[in-house]
Amino acid sequence: MATAVVSDSGERETYLNAGYGLKSWLLTVDHKRIALLYLISITFFFFIGGFFALLIRLELLTPAGELVQSDTYNKLFTMHGQVMVFFFLIPAVPAVLGNFLIPLMIGAKDLAFPRINLLSWYLYIIGGTLMIYTILNGGVDTGWTFYTPLSTEFLKTNVISAIVGIFFAGFSSILTGLNFIVTIHRMRAPGMTWNRLPLFVWAHYATSIIQVLGTPVVAITLVLVALERLFHLGVFNPMLGGDPLLFQHLFWFYSHPAVYIMILPGMGIVSEIVCCFSRKRIFGYKAMTLAVVGIAVIGFLVWAHHMFVAGISLYAALIFSLLSYFVAVPSAIKVFNWTATMYKGSITYQTPMLYAFGFIGLFTIGGLTGLFLACLGMDVHVHDTYFIIAHFHYIMVGGMVMAYLGGMHFWWPKITGRMYPEGWGKLAALIVFIGFNLTFFPQFILGYLGMPRRYHAYPAEFQILNVLSTAGATILAVGYLLPMVYFVWSMRYGKPAPPNPWNAAGLEWQTHSPPPTFNFDEQPVVTWEAYNYDEIDEIPEKEEVPVAH
Amino acid sequence: MFGHLPLWPDSASTNAGNVDALYIFLLLVSGIMIALIFTVLTVFAIRFRKRRGQRAVQIEGSHQLEVTWSIIPFCVMLVFYIWGAVIYFQERTPPQDATEVYTVAKQWMWKFEHKGGQREINELHVPVGRDVKMIMTSQDVIHSFFVPAFRIKQDVLPGRYTTLWFRATKAGTYHLFCSQYCGTQHSGMVGWIKVMEPSDYEAWMSGGGNQPLAVTGQKLFAELGCVTCHRSDTQGRGPDLAGVFGKPVLLQDGRTVTADENYIRESILEPGAKIVQGFKPVMPTFQGQVSDEQLNALVDYVKSLAGPQSGRPADSNPAAGASPQL
Amino acid sequence: MHTSQAVADKPEHENPALLHHFATKGQQKNAASLGMWLFLAQEVMFFGGLFCAYLVYRYKYFGDFGSASQQLDIRLGTINTVVLICSSLTVVLAIRAVQLGKRMALVFWLLATILFGLAFLGIKANEYAEKFEKHHVPGTSFSYHELLPGQEKFPAAERQYANPHHAEMFFSLYFAMTGMHALHMIIGVGLFGFLAYKAWRGKYTPDYYTPIENAGLYWHFVDIVWIYLFGLLYLIDRHR
Repeated sequence: MATAVVSDSGERETYLNAGYGLKSWLLTVDHKRIALLYLISITFFFFIGGFFALLIRLELLTPAGELVQSDTYNKLFTMHGQVMVFFFLIPAVPAVLGNFLIPLMIGAKDLAFPRINLLSWYLYIIGGTLMIYTILNGGVDTGWTFYTPLSTEFLKTNVISAIVGIFFAGFSSILTGLNFIVTIHRMRAPGMTWNRLPLFVWAHYATSIIQVLGTPVVAITLVLVALERLFHLGVFNPMLGGDPLLFQHLFWFYSHPAVYIMILPGMGIVSEIVCCFSRKRIFGYKAMTLAVVGIAVIGFLVWAHHMFVAGISLYAALIFSLLSYFVAVPSAIKVFNWTATMYKGSITYQTPMLYAFGFIGLFTIGGLTGLFLACLGMDVHVHDTYFIIAHFHYIMVGGMVMAYLGGMHFWWPKITGRMYPEGWGKLAALIVFIGFNLTFFPQFILGYLGMPRRYHAYPAEFQILNVLSTAGATILAVGYLLPMVYFVWSMRYGKPAPPNPWNAAGLEWQTHSPPPTFNFDEQPVVTWEAYNYDEIDEIPEKEEVPVAH
Repeated sequence: MFGHLPLWPDSASTNAGNVDALYIFLLLVSGIMIALIFTVLTVFAIRFRKRRGQRAVQIEGSHQLEVTWSIIPFCVMLVFYIWGAVIYFQERTPPQDATEVYTVAKQWMWKFEHKGGQREINELHVPVGRDVKMIMTSQDVIHSFFVPAFRIKQDVLPGRYTTLWFRATKAGTYHLFCSQYCGTQHSGMVGWIKVMEPSDYEAWMSGGGNQPLAVTGQKLFAELGCVTCHRSDTQGRGPDLAGVFGKPVLLQDGRTVTADENYIRESILEPGAKIVQGFKPVMPTFQGQVSDEQLNALVDYVKSLAGPQSGRPADSNPAAGASPQL
Repeated sequence: MHTSQAVADKPEHENPALLHHFATKGQQKNAASLGMWLFLAQEVMFFGGLFCAYLVYRYKYFGDFGSASQQLDIRLGTINTVVLICSSLTVVLAIRAVQLGKRMALVFWLLATILFGLAFLGIKANEYAEKFEKHHVPGTSFSYHELLPGQEKFPAAERQYANPHHAEMFFSLYFAMTGMHALHMIIGVGLFGFLAYKAWRGKYTPDYYTPIENAGLYWHFVDIVWIYLFGLLYLIDRHR
């Protein structure tokens, strides 16, 4: 590594100290600063969505709806879903970790369009502000799925402001995806061929394709819902010749691929972590890249598996069920390959690796239950019950959120130049794992028993499982609060991090922690394959981690 | 509260057993899969933990393994697919001669009407051992008719009929839930399916002098003036409806559709949508003039009209035929 | 060579043809071009949702859509189509001008494009006003009493009328689709206005005219969308 730029005061120039003051942050075009802006925003929305979840679980402690009124409860689950999906799950990994790391990983100075990157953040903030307005102005109770004609004809709540907020968030997502695709195509350092790209980058590439092609469809669909409300059009209203199923097709055409937007980046993270903490190149690099692209492509072909009891024809159902099994195969391949990567590895169990283990286990469970749902005869019984809720939370929370936390711990030294406290990290990971399973496993049972979703009052015989679930939720909340506290603590008191505390492969580790504004002192030239752990030293022992210069 | 921990729903229909068998199979295969992966992960995590002096062995991959662990799981999944598809096909093919019950769902209640004219709200009496077919529509938003004990569910849509059928196997009282979010009282749109022994059921049916649905329909048919054009004595301005139900109908534009419940309903509300060949488009619409319950009565009346050669009209799936389904 | 400058160079001080994070001008140009094509791809998906809705209802309400379509003014629609095609030509001529380094010609052709765009919007506004007068705007004051296509040949007592609800569906989609298109045109006109100003200030040279090229791509796309709209909305039953 060449010499860093040192300022007059003797301090090395990093992206964090290159300019102070609000303007230098709010008008930045540095992808790393934008990533931090996103980090603050999505964390904020995560806790709002999480707060709604806690209220939901509190209400569900008792069979009668006693804590809040019916309308309020309907708003709680609606806004929990909207905030979590559109303002946390979709942007979190790409806009925070993707933004920060992709240029570093490919050896570039920034994304292809830094100003559009900043614009993406502002669009997200505008959308988020509208969402906050919606919440404060009385909420919205359409369900995050906005089914018509309920949302177009029968509700008097803040539907349009919610729609516009989501529209802006969607546009932000499209531009992020566009930026990533161009960056990965055009900005790779000399020698960084497609087959040397880290799987994190491949995962974001596949995700970006979905973001660019899928999001506009839900955008126009929600625009139609808003127009229908404003001008009493009849596009989805049967009384005027419209078809409510048309809404569902258009909505799910995006919203199914959207779940792959949420999970693919997490899979990219897991690949990086598993390789580093097993000291091994990924098993089956080619298969892994084909798998992410395959998931993205086939993911566009399965949307009507959300509609098996909606009134579609038998033949449509048969086709979509079969296609849904096709999309399961690449996901299974990834789980097998991660496991195989550990074979004859040299494994250590730092916090990121604990989260990766958690991901693999919980994603496997969530994914297998997806096979239940793709199965027509099975889905008829469990559709719109807590079985579905358990399924997608296993993937989203047990999968994606754990991957996100794993990634945050893994790259925290690079982002902040500080180590997080390892003991607390392990403890929090354990608490999250226990809390998560206690919250959501009982919901599989509740679902098969027949408890419908979106119910705030339920038959008494379902109570004990609900109580278990709520107990788990409180434990999970503690698990999420801990990193908040110790990450913030570490920014001041954490051990200063060296450029590569994990001796990990990847260009991002070849530069300082935190990196300088333009990422590398000298343009890297790549002459090695990805995950060249055979050429890299072992992971440092705790005592060996050198203090940063 | 801690009295009993329910783990399995009641099984009270022929379908329930089939679905349970499939579920158990899925659970077993998944359980094996999970056990396998968790065991391998644990073994690897312990066996290949970092040891001083030992480095990891780099393995590029294995084409053979990739193919194997793609194909074998996929074949297992095909078993899931076919098994599930068979059950689904059975669920969506109501048997002929099923006892029909008309359902009108509205925010936030279930209204049932038996063919004999008995009306129920939020409670449905059915006999053990007999096929029952629900012909359902909604007055407002999308609802969903869900009976966990029968393992069946079907969304109920405004503007058209959807159907669902079951054969109850055990007398008892079972939950009915609305399972499509429909607004404020969605959690309150619940009821009971009361399955009765056949003798009890007959007793229940005969109590209270109800006018059979088809008779109600016949009276409406006269009151609304339908009878002036749809005559069977002479050629009226509209087609003779005797025996039309379940038969193919040739339309003006050359298409042929099956005269199922949705077709009859559409003909009343939107007569211009499908003109029968050889007739002029002069039928007025009754949209806004008849309630969903009255529509059910009219539909049931037309269904009851036997053809010139007496014999039952062929049964059909009322969800097909009327408008193209998405 | 120190690539780490202090706080990022202000964009105005950089050569716009080679921003700091690109290695070569060719790389920057390629990146901008790919970005624009991706943006157009997502625009296709955006309009695609509307086209999907249109196709579904056109199939379902075949005759009613034919009837409603005949209520549109095909002369104005054709004129608008010609106007847009001309405006695409002027865009191409603007690009040619900047490639040859002719600043005033560039400004001229950009302004001509704007003019054609405004003409299109003006004619559209006129059409909308006419629809408003005939109560063909969906909503509470909608009313429709027209024959289905081809009914004129029957005696008056037997003629079949279009279903007003289905005709309203056509107009809902007509306004949504042409309205969304017009919104894109307004954005395009604004964009060209900004570019014309910058062009007049001498910002674009044969070495660097990427924004003109990309704006041109956008404009061609908006043009193509109109070609499809024209066919699907104005021409579907004219063969009778």
